[in-house]
Amino acid sequence: MEKSIKVDTLVIGSGGAGLITALWAKKSGSKVLVVSESYPTRSQTSMAQGGINAVLYDSLGDSIEKHIEDTLRASRGFADESMVKMMCESAPKAIEWLDSIGVVFSRDKEGNIAQRKLGGTKYNRACYSQDYTGLKILQTLFDNSLKEEIDFLHEHYLVELIIEDNIAMGAIFLDIRSGELKEVFAKSVVLATGGYGGIYHSHTTNSYSSTGDAIAICLKHRVKTSNLDFIQFHPTGLKKSSVLISESARGAGGKLLNQNGERFVDELLPRDEVSLAIWEQIESGNDVFLDIRHLGEEFIDENLPQERKLAKLYEGVDPVSELIPIKPVAHYSMGGVSVDENLMSSVKGLFAVGECSDARVHGANRLGGNSLLEIVAFGMIAGEKSAIFAKDSSFKEYSKVDEVRRYIEEIFEYEGSENFYQKRDELGEKLYYKAGIKRDKQNLLSLVEFVENLPKMGIIDKSRTYNNTLVEFLKFENSLLLAKEIANSAMGRLS
Amino acid sequence: MKIKVQRYCTHRKPNPVVEVEYEIPLKEPTLLEALSYIKTNIDQTLTYSSGCRSEVCGSCAVRVNDKERLSCGYKLQDGDVITPLSKLSVIKDLVVEADVSFMTLVRTRAFLEKDRVVKQSVEDEKLIERQSDCILCNSCFSSCPVLEVNKEFLGPFALTRVYRYVSDKRCEDEKQKIDLVQQNGIWDCTLCGECTAVCPQGIDPKMDIMNLRSKSTKYGYMDPSFAGGLDFGAPSF
Repeated sequence: MEKSIKVDTLVIGSGGAGLITALWAKKSGSKVLVVSESYPTRSQTSMAQGGINAVLYDSLGDSIEKHIEDTLRASRGFADESMVKMMCESAPKAIEWLDSIGVVFSRDKEGNIAQRKLGGTKYNRACYSQDYTGLKILQTLFDNSLKEEIDFLHEHYLVELIIEDNIAMGAIFLDIRSGELKEVFAKSVVLATGGYGGIYHSHTTNSYSSTGDAIAICLKHRVKTSNLDFIQFHPTGLKKSSVLISESARGAGGKLLNQNGERFVDELLPRDEVSLAIWEQIESGNDVFLDIRHLGEEFIDENLPQERKLAKLYEGVDPVSELIPIKPVAHYSMGGVSVDENLMSSVKGLFAVGECSDARVHGANRLGGNSLLEIVAFGMIAGEKSAIFAKDSSFKEYSKVDEVRRYIEEIFEYEGSENFYQKRDELGEKLYYKAGIKRDKQNLLSLVEFVENLPKMGIIDKSRTYNNTLVEFLKFENSLLLAKEIANSAMGRLS
Repeated sequence: MKIKVQRYCTHRKPNPVVEVEYEIPLKEPTLLEALSYIKTNIDQTLTYSSGCRSEVCGSCAVRVNDKERLSCGYKLQDGDVITPLSKLSVIKDLVVEADVSFMTLVRTRAFLEKDRVVKQSVEDEKLIERQSDCILCNSCFSSCPVLEVNKEFLGPFALTRVYRYVSDKRCEDEKQKIDLVQQNGIWDCTLCGECTAVCPQGIDPKMDIMNLRSKSTKYGYMDPSFAGGLDFGAPSF
């Protein structure tokens, strides 16, 4: 028996963007429910290492105008100046709020919040907590969600949005533990479900669960999306595992070398330029390495402890004395659900915030340190605006649960033996090599062809209790939809 | 290389628990890579949790040869036996229900009661730097022998988090937080140090608990077992 739930504001996703939205919606008087496929502190926000950009002190020569300029320049002209302005101007307030709720920021000798340099700027602008910036922000947000008694549904996977007459009415979730479907009706719905870099399987810094599920569902409902082909490739993923080595390593003076020990690019250019330079080295048969040996053991242990640990674990090299083998990997999706200045999508009452949205602040290339800023600055707004929207609207209980149930049952009824996990890996390869750093029509078309010619697939695991094979299959289906959209969108951009 | 995985399915008859051996043909894999190999190549029904692959999201803690480890941070050895975390109910195979442990954070009110900004020095930050590295992976919770006998015990990570907040310069109500860790809290800990030994982030909950004890004495609290020893009331026969 399925249960239905009613709340004012339904927040889908419990990473940084979701928790901030929930806290601010509650502050604005909304009854909030946060639903997520995992637990709050397990989201991608935990992986943000480098920092969060904000101009805090004039004395360092930086200014909000320069932050806006740097962001616009990095975006390759695809960001919206007024949205960027809104984000950069609210950055000091965002940091002050994080500081006030207990985030443990690294400090400088004067007792100020310490700031360091990331790519794409001349200034020390990123506030940080060693290389655990996202982790510490996320954990503190979770503590505050408990304090504010925010309601959660953990381990509930989004399978459908309820949208009728261009109005958002709620969503349907698969309770992963029980296998039951749950319908949640809400007066406003906020998507905070993260990006889709995970579909570049084996070539991404992202968790493999980052498959842009809500964006795929939006595509099915023709909710306006934009710039889905804008995927940021981080210059320094570990070569074998694609695990991220933070930009702060280059910010601190890390160099990029090929096997001949030659430097070939200014390491602190924006990420797209550095990634392209590395890709060209690899295309010409060279190996590429990150060199932080000259920074010294003490500095590395104090400022880049995670980097050292990960390089040892995955590559078997100690960065204190050895070069780190790297390659550029899918890291962040700039595109997503198009939103206006209130973070509302083309559907009334449907908001989107964070990586799943395209708020036009990153354009074609995001500046390091601006993703955490976006979730805080815009999470606050999404919270307030979704609460205001909820106040002025009423519940519309349009049940779609039977339709969704039929769809799920069909997947269970599959009797073939096709292993979709193999196809998922293949999709990752195709995306990386055919819709990666360099793109052309022929490669993009072959990606579309791959997607369109896949056999019918389903799951072999028929269990109802905690069937994460089912969840991963649904994610794979969403990945296919997005892959095709990435290819089409990229083709439209070729001259 | 061969490993054994303890598997649990509530519907399996007669015994929901079985131990299954798998051959892993990978070169020096992490445990997570091995689990993923099994799921995608041998048996789709194998169920486990994972996330970031870089030891920061806290999703993938399990026990390897009875010791808590993050699957993504552990290099597999031949003959390893993998079991789910202890002290939490198993949902399926290596997946446990973590909600219960997170309730300890609610019970201890492990947060700042009032938002405020205070100037902090490098030293102020260093005091709670390590404690605030916690990723809520539940390794310490699983390893704690006190939770074996007292399910109401607050457990290591919640107490570390309380210490982190009472030691935060922004905290204004140390006494209130200290009050909340007296029952089923700091004095129930046996200081065995299992939690400290298994923490993937190098946090030392045992030390944090000892520090909470010394802070507690400031407010007139004392070790109840010690208090019992000095009972000058009616003679007990």
